[in-house]
Amino acid sequence: MLSIESARERAVPVRRRSSGNLWRIAKYTFVKGTALLVTVVIAVYIAILIANMGGYVDEMRKSELKFQIAEEINQNEQMRVLTPQERKAYEEEIFQVRLKQLDLDQHFIIRSFKYLWNGLSLSLGRAIYISSDSGSPHVDDIIGERLAPTLLVMASGQLLLFFSAMFFALFLSRRYGSRLDRLVVAMAPTSAAPAWFYGIFLIMIFAAVLGWLPFGGMMDAPPPPTFWGKVGNILKHLILPISAMVAASFWLSSYYWRTFFLIHSSEDYVDMAKAKGLSDRGIERRYVLRPTLPTIITSFAMTLIGLWTGAIVFENVFNWPGIGRLTQRAINMFDTPVIVGVTVIYAYLLALTLFLLDIIYAIVDPRVKLGGGENGS
Amino acid sequence: MRAIRNFFNQIKGYPSAIVGLCIIAFMVCLSIYAVIRIPYREAVRLWKGGENVWIENPRNARPAWFNLFYQEKQPLTMVMKTTENPELKTVTDLGNGISAQDIVFEFDYQYDGFPAELSLFFTSTFTTARPNVEITWITPDGREILMQNLTIRASESYRISQDTRLPRRLNGAHPEKGLFADPANPDKVLKGTYRLVVGCLTFEPGSNIEATFILYGKLHGFAGTDHLRRDIGVALLWGAPVALSVGLVVAVGTSLSTMCLAACAVWFGGWIDWIIRRLNQIVMIIPLLPILIMIGLFYSRSIIVMMGVTALLGIFGSGILTYRSMFLQTKTAGYIEAARAYGAGSFRIIFRYLIPKVVPVLIPGFVTQVPSYVFLEATLAVLGLGDKDLPTWGKLLNDAYSEGALLTGHFYWVVEPAVLLILTGFGFAMVGFALDRIFNPRLRGL
Repeated sequence: MLSIESARERAVPVRRRSSGNLWRIAKYTFVKGTALLVTVVIAVYIAILIANMGGYVDEMRKSELKFQIAEEINQNEQMRVLTPQERKAYEEEIFQVRLKQLDLDQHFIIRSFKYLWNGLSLSLGRAIYISSDSGSPHVDDIIGERLAPTLLVMASGQLLLFFSAMFFALFLSRRYGSRLDRLVVAMAPTSAAPAWFYGIFLIMIFAAVLGWLPFGGMMDAPPPPTFWGKVGNILKHLILPISAMVAASFWLSSYYWRTFFLIHSSEDYVDMAKAKGLSDRGIERRYVLRPTLPTIITSFAMTLIGLWTGAIVFENVFNWPGIGRLTQRAINMFDTPVIVGVTVIYAYLLALTLFLLDIIYAIVDPRVKLGGGENGS
Repeated sequence: MRAIRNFFNQIKGYPSAIVGLCIIAFMVCLSIYAVIRIPYREAVRLWKGGENVWIENPRNARPAWFNLFYQEKQPLTMVMKTTENPELKTVTDLGNGISAQDIVFEFDYQYDGFPAELSLFFTSTFTTARPNVEITWITPDGREILMQNLTIRASESYRISQDTRLPRRLNGAHPEKGLFADPANPDKVLKGTYRLVVGCLTFEPGSNIEATFILYGKLHGFAGTDHLRRDIGVALLWGAPVALSVGLVVAVGTSLSTMCLAACAVWFGGWIDWIIRRLNQIVMIIPLLPILIMIGLFYSRSIIVMMGVTALLGIFGSGILTYRSMFLQTKTAGYIEAARAYGAGSFRIIFRYLIPKVVPVLIPGFVTQVPSYVFLEATLAVLGLGDKDLPTWGKLLNDAYSEGALLTGHFYWVVEPAVLLILTGFGFAMVGFALDRIFNPRLRGL
């Protein structure tokens, strides 16, 4: 009886603490989420301001509209009878109507908030010039169409890079000081150049000189008829971009993780585990990887962020039909809705990644103080 | 002095750092040489100048030193001018104000390759009667080929390679090939002394004629030329000071201001800290490259504006969190409390006690950051957003790429700027990594 009583007594505070924990996690998530949402709003607004350069793009659109209306009237046979004054008045009338249709008659400040709301609610509107491959002028269709190719090349490259470098580094940290280890240390500075830069070299060697692989693009111009033919063709086009990505960062990532693991395997508790006679793999899993999990997750999230932002030049060099190429095209054609759309999507993706990171941190890292969080970041 | 010697003693243990320092020293020398050799205005004028500036250069020529590796020697450009060598011209007065001015361009052609282009340029002075010229080509084996009979204006150019009637007299071969081909073997060059005879007749007293003959080679200069006949060497030279100053100024500026801001944020805490952390979060969410592209497109492509924005966003980048956490640790140290006890002011504590503590982390940090800014400039240039005036390595890459240098086999055009870029990047990265291992106690010996 006594033992049960004491057990129940002990159980109550435990349960209370766990429900308190849940409450605190919820509160923490809410606070973090709200803060991030505010930052997203500000970031998107800045992007809109820059994209519209204080209304200058609108001026361009207005003058283009005027020109277009004048052209239409010129080509219309029935308008030939009008006197110049009548014609001018008519032009002005049509112009005002079109302005209303396009919401261009309001002041930029008012419209910028409209843009902001549209951007945040992801109703990205219509593109001015660009249309999607299926012919839709809606920005979300255009971007949606391009997401998959970007995701394909960047995700496969980055995931391959992340995991190969990490496991190679674990292997290296076991062979500290070996010739291979010294090679990795010596090669680490080669990652000073970005992936597109290695891409140019790879294209030069394997496409221009040797002619083994295609220069760029995602599929041959007449795509192969069969499904498996298509898959094989895409894989062939993926070799160079992925190699460029791996060549650019493999050595630095390996070096980084190797140093990181070495620092953590010199902790006292690892020595203790070794003294207990645990196997190398056991030590790695329980005493090296486990405590460093938060850092690994952070780095993985940063990889995801890099995945989105790194695409622009990279896709241009490889002529890859993804978001990066779309951004470049939109910029060349001054297609503001598409530019804003892409920036908003980027901002959301980055914010989402940071938000998930915060939550995962709170769960995985016991050192992050829930609720308080003044010093934790 | 002792600090410097100490530093060199420590760095001696890292061969890669020594290599890196050598590369940086080389780049610095190259930059100084470039700025002295070609002043800024001259560089801009040369790079933006079109055909007028570069008329004497061949198009898409490879570097001249390629001949060292070629079995068949390729020609270099030859320029002959009557203005510089008056002895090329003989004037005989025929009376009545008519005079014959015979110009003979004689040259020894000992290359195995055909030239890229041939051109003749005339300038003449007259009041009403335009002079007449008859152009004849004499090969080493004595064949005479009448090329053209022209009545010339004050300034006239005769592009021999583009003369569509000439190939008929040369068995259908392009002029630059047909004029030099061995009749027995049309794919081989007939070596020997060639003569281009320009017989001019002027019909007024005082009327004068000057001619320039340019034989465009397949190779040119130490770096070759691009599609606009520009000497790539100019951009290669000037790319060095631009890359170095961009990298160093942005990296040093950003890391110093980040550090000071972080120190202030930690020391004063409260709303300053709050604002800085919020700014950091916003900057983390703003995608840098799209923003830079928009600014480049809508406002200005000036390298100063672009790098200024980069620096501004970089100040509140992820680095500020690293410094912040370091300062948070340092703030609780005993000696800070001691300083406070003796009554030191806030700024004295920040600049004398807090900041010096993190300088060892700062130095390797900014050295390793330099290449990322150098490559950022190149990235923007490759996207077509390079500085409008300045010749840079990135712009060379962009030109090469948009002219399809890889498809047409002009590899030198891509490789030269790329090698310089990568050398600079490696140099700074090597030094930075070594410094990190020297200064960072956790890495010592790893």
